[in-house]
Amino acid sequence: MGNLFKIALRNLRRYRRRTVLTASLIAIGVLFVLVFVAVSGSFKNMIIGQITDSMLGHIQVHRKGYVASIDNLPLTLNMKPEAMAKLEKTFQGMPEIAAYSPRIKFGGMFSSFTETTNIRLNGVYPEKELKTLPLLASRIVEGEKAIRKGEVIIPELIARGMKLNVGDTIVIIATNKDGSVNGKQLRVGGVLESATGPGGRDGYLHIEDAVEILRMDAIEISEIALRLKDFGELNAVNDTLNAVLLGEVNKQGKPAFEVHTWEGLSPFFNIARMIDIMTFFIKLMLIAIVLVSIMNVMIMAVYERIREIGTISAIGTMPGKILSMFLIEGFCLGVFGAIVGNAAGLIIIFILKAVKVTFEFGRQTGLVLSPTIDVSDLFVVSLIVIGVAIIGSLQPAFKASRMEPIKALRHV
Amino acid sequence: MELIKAENVSKEYQVGEVAIRALNDVNFAIEPASFISFVGPSGSGKTTLLNLIGCLDKPTEGRLTVADTDVAGLDRRQGAAFRGEHIGFIFQDFNLMPVLTVYENIEYPLLMVQNVAAAEREERVRKLLDAVGMLDQKDKYPDQISGGQKQRVAVARALVTNPKLVLADEPTANLDSKTAYMIIDLMKKMRDEFKTTFIFSTHDQKIVGEAEIIYTLVDGAIAGRQVKGGNDNG
Repeated sequence: MGNLFKIALRNLRRYRRRTVLTASLIAIGVLFVLVFVAVSGSFKNMIIGQITDSMLGHIQVHRKGYVASIDNLPLTLNMKPEAMAKLEKTFQGMPEIAAYSPRIKFGGMFSSFTETTNIRLNGVYPEKELKTLPLLASRIVEGEKAIRKGEVIIPELIARGMKLNVGDTIVIIATNKDGSVNGKQLRVGGVLESATGPGGRDGYLHIEDAVEILRMDAIEISEIALRLKDFGELNAVNDTLNAVLLGEVNKQGKPAFEVHTWEGLSPFFNIARMIDIMTFFIKLMLIAIVLVSIMNVMIMAVYERIREIGTISAIGTMPGKILSMFLIEGFCLGVFGAIVGNAAGLIIIFILKAVKVTFEFGRQTGLVLSPTIDVSDLFVVSLIVIGVAIIGSLQPAFKASRMEPIKALRHV
Repeated sequence: MELIKAENVSKEYQVGEVAIRALNDVNFAIEPASFISFVGPSGSGKTTLLNLIGCLDKPTEGRLTVADTDVAGLDRRQGAAFRGEHIGFIFQDFNLMPVLTVYENIEYPLLMVQNVAAAEREERVRKLLDAVGMLDQKDKYPDQISGGQKQRVAVARALVTNPKLVLADEPTANLDSKTAYMIIDLMKKMRDEFKTTFIFSTHDQKIVGEAEIIYTLVDGAIAGRQVKGGNDNG
């Protein structure tokens, strides 16, 4: 085998310019794929992080039917304390869950005494919410990074539009599930940076204030956001939760709860999928580049060496060995291209990371791109290149191995 | 016991609609350790006959046995194995591998065809390099040596596997007459040393005289057999 490699490498060196050009083409393909994977992956992960860590959480549990009507924030589909107790027991028995935060979601009127607008609000347990959404505090751009009783954290757009500052007094008026209206005077405790996606323009207040505004006898929860210890376990935990909660049925014998991952709740999931599809097509392009360039080079190599093939075949070289000679040549080209492409790709990714490229997403500005690439991606891209290089060499190599020595020796 | 025996061997090629009979009812027998030449004008069937003996092609009719093997019965792999074991080839254009050194070219059949152990390989290659006078050029590549030197390397490569038979198709055609004689002398010397049968085809009348038995081919048939020191037209 070593000798086959020696001959293959010397033949590659023999046609140095062609080898360098082909390997460069492969390397450039690898470089672009790696940079694209790193940049798009970084963008995707950052946005997913923003969505899950400052708004949605990783998974949400609702009463069955709530998500279908989520735009109306129906108080009639909130969960009773008994249901909440069952869910809490379930969550506490699952070590994969790092934190959970029950929320009362409702819509109301927001008045600064001179102006009035509508607002969506989350009544939360501050400690639980901040534990479940670790990036929420960083979105509070004015005021203390806390949610206190008697205070409301208002969205930036409302604060600007109504010229409100931290410490100003406002009134929130809401209709409870029985249809009666109630209002409560609160202080602006902070201003929350807007974020793209569901819940990105919601205000926050203490759950006890929400209970008071909505005149609830007992706390009735609209949704529970869950944070997992390992985001990679998202689907597994989702499946487990679904399986466990499937046993919980309502009076009609139908499932009492519904479980959704962030993917089912945020439209960004479709963008993330688009990015994955684009990555797939970029990889397909790489495959095409490698396939065409390797096939081209190997067809030329076989054509130019027909007499050599005839000679080695005449002196007794087995067809399998001739096949291997050309396959190894293609393999070496693939490896060479992959190594150079990986090295160049890593350098470009390092440079992009060092220069801290910023981008905007929705109303979020100054997001710093931090491209990284997994070792597994390097392996996958390298394996694709090497595998395709071998596949690209197969037809010419097979042709060489099947060549009649007598015809090959006559070739001019 | 004959090394090669041809009985009513014919070879026909199909060129489009036309069938061309390159060899017609050829009969001969060749003993081991012979030094034989096939001569004749272009198109007389010399190369076709050498290709058949070398298991590179199969007769259309008749029976051709080489080292007790009917060459017509060998498939592609068996043919390659047979050639690797029993036959050495010397080509008009030398046909050395340009990416291998002189040493590696001679070593190639031992390494890639016969899988001979390293120590034995080295011994056999060095012995042949010495025999053909190329030991001091062993690390050079084919493009760094002369035509005569290339053909000496080709002779060594043909002999390194200790074949029973070496076939040389116009081995001196691309050499000047002095070098051509040198190569034929070398082939004779190798025949004497290794007891290998050498069969070569040539146009060159001066070189022809160096063979011990000369078969003359005309229009695909053997027109004469001349043994050095006498004629034998039977």
